[in-house]
Amino acid sequence: MFPGMSQHGRYWLLILPAVALMLVFYIYPLLQVLWISVTEPEPGLGNYRELFTSAFLHKIWWTTARICVITTVLTVLFGYVVAFAMAHVRQRHMTAIMFCVLLTFWLSVLVRAFAWVMLLRTEGVINEALLWIGLTDQPLRLSRNEFGVVVGMVHFMLPLAILPIYANLRGIDASYVSAARGMGASAWKAFWWVYLPLSKPGVIAATILVFVFSLGFFITPAILGGGRVVMISEFIRVAFEETLLWGKATMLSASLLFCVLLILAIVGRVVDLRRVFGST
Amino acid sequence: MTEGKLTFGRCMVLGAAWTVLGFLVLPMVIIFPVSLTDQYYLSLPKEKLSLEHYEAFFTNEIWLSATFQSFVIATASTALAVLLGTLCAIGCWRISTRASDSVRSFMLVPIIVPTVVQALALYRFWIDLRLVDTYAGVILAHTLITIPYVVITVSASLARFDLRIEQAARNLGASISQTIRLVIVPRIMPGVLSGAIFAFTISFDEIVMVLFITSRKIYTLPKRIWNGIQDHLDPTIAAIATMLIVLTLALLLAELWLRQRRQRSNS
Repeated sequence: MFPGMSQHGRYWLLILPAVALMLVFYIYPLLQVLWISVTEPEPGLGNYRELFTSAFLHKIWWTTARICVITTVLTVLFGYVVAFAMAHVRQRHMTAIMFCVLLTFWLSVLVRAFAWVMLLRTEGVINEALLWIGLTDQPLRLSRNEFGVVVGMVHFMLPLAILPIYANLRGIDASYVSAARGMGASAWKAFWWVYLPLSKPGVIAATILVFVFSLGFFITPAILGGGRVVMISEFIRVAFEETLLWGKATMLSASLLFCVLLILAIVGRVVDLRRVFGST
Repeated sequence: MTEGKLTFGRCMVLGAAWTVLGFLVLPMVIIFPVSLTDQYYLSLPKEKLSLEHYEAFFTNEIWLSATFQSFVIATASTALAVLLGTLCAIGCWRISTRASDSVRSFMLVPIIVPTVVQALALYRFWIDLRLVDTYAGVILAHTLITIPYVVITVSASLARFDLRIEQAARNLGASISQTIRLVIVPRIMPGVLSGAIFAFTISFDEIVMVLFITSRKIYTLPKRIWNGIQDHLDPTIAAIATMLIVLTLALLLAELWLRQRRQRSNS
């Protein structure tokens, strides 16, 4: 039935170019980063000591963690609402919503960040509108602060939450909820005790995706933070460009990578990650 | 929630959902009128609508050359990523052992590594290889980060493709390369093209890698936009953003059409 090993061998040749390219030009440089982080300027864990001693670094990590958590909670919550609506409307209505979501998903990150700067800055469209209506007499500070960063990040991450949650909700059998309702549960109770637990896989997938991508996110925080809200990714770039300290930059990169891998390793024990990343 | 009945709860959910969707499309909607402003700074049109910022783009050598560079880089890296990614996905699909499944997962690594980390890593290596600030350097970097998306879309197409068709072709005497060219690829074409669209979009839009591995010679469109946002907010960027939205819309429609064909050819 199965052709011999040589047959398989030839198919491995198809895989080889891509894998070789990845190993030489991608994995090797990543390992080099780890290596430099423990060898420059001198061998040892000296660079990593700074993680525990530098108050400045603590502040950056704390800012990063806080923004990531806020972004993840808001994104999953808003994403759930949209996905829930998608799973409960007619096909045509669903297609319209899906189209909005996919268009945002595909649109250039840079264009979206630029659009938010345009809307949120002090002389921006939103402030112009608020002043014109007379809701405020002073322009509000909406960007170059954490508020602006979170708005931009939630906007970027929403499709990443909506798509896996919707994929999950679509598979939930409506008869479970009907059964609960038939046995006298209120609409809210049926949702809370029956529907919500069934949607847990989608919510978990969305939470992982959004949190992991938020952690290393660079473009939107850099643009909407305006240098005042500095997350770890931007700090790596700035620290590197200004000081050219390879030891420090690689140490921070290695730590960030380690955080991402740690999170994935922990949740990977409970969830099939390949499905999470393949589903979008 | 039965379909069509307008209960209070249903209105609440739909209202909330469309509020979120409004938030989602707001930036795209606002950017159109702003791109038509008659002012020299970024604002809504005051007196009249004007196309001057579109004109500024099409008459400015700097913007045009940046667009051209992005186009060249995205085309080349897409071609490479599609070639390597498709072959890899076909190989993994045909072998289909634990080892090959692990290889396929391994190819997805660039999706999870934070962009700044991979950019720093490649920059360091590119210095040794003298690839910094060259077309080859950027094309190679973009190929590496777009291969995973090709592997995903092509694997999705292959997942529903009957292995026996491939075996029949081989038994009838077709060589591996003939089987791939004449039997497999035509059947998974929608998946391959989807992957190509993904790869092109990602490369055309990529900024973090470019910021690290280029300096003076290579100026892609995203890099010009990035600098424009940092310096002063030129309304030309709003015009470019509008055109990019239209381009994205076209690519999305193409992809949806392909996806439909992919599903139809599988059923």
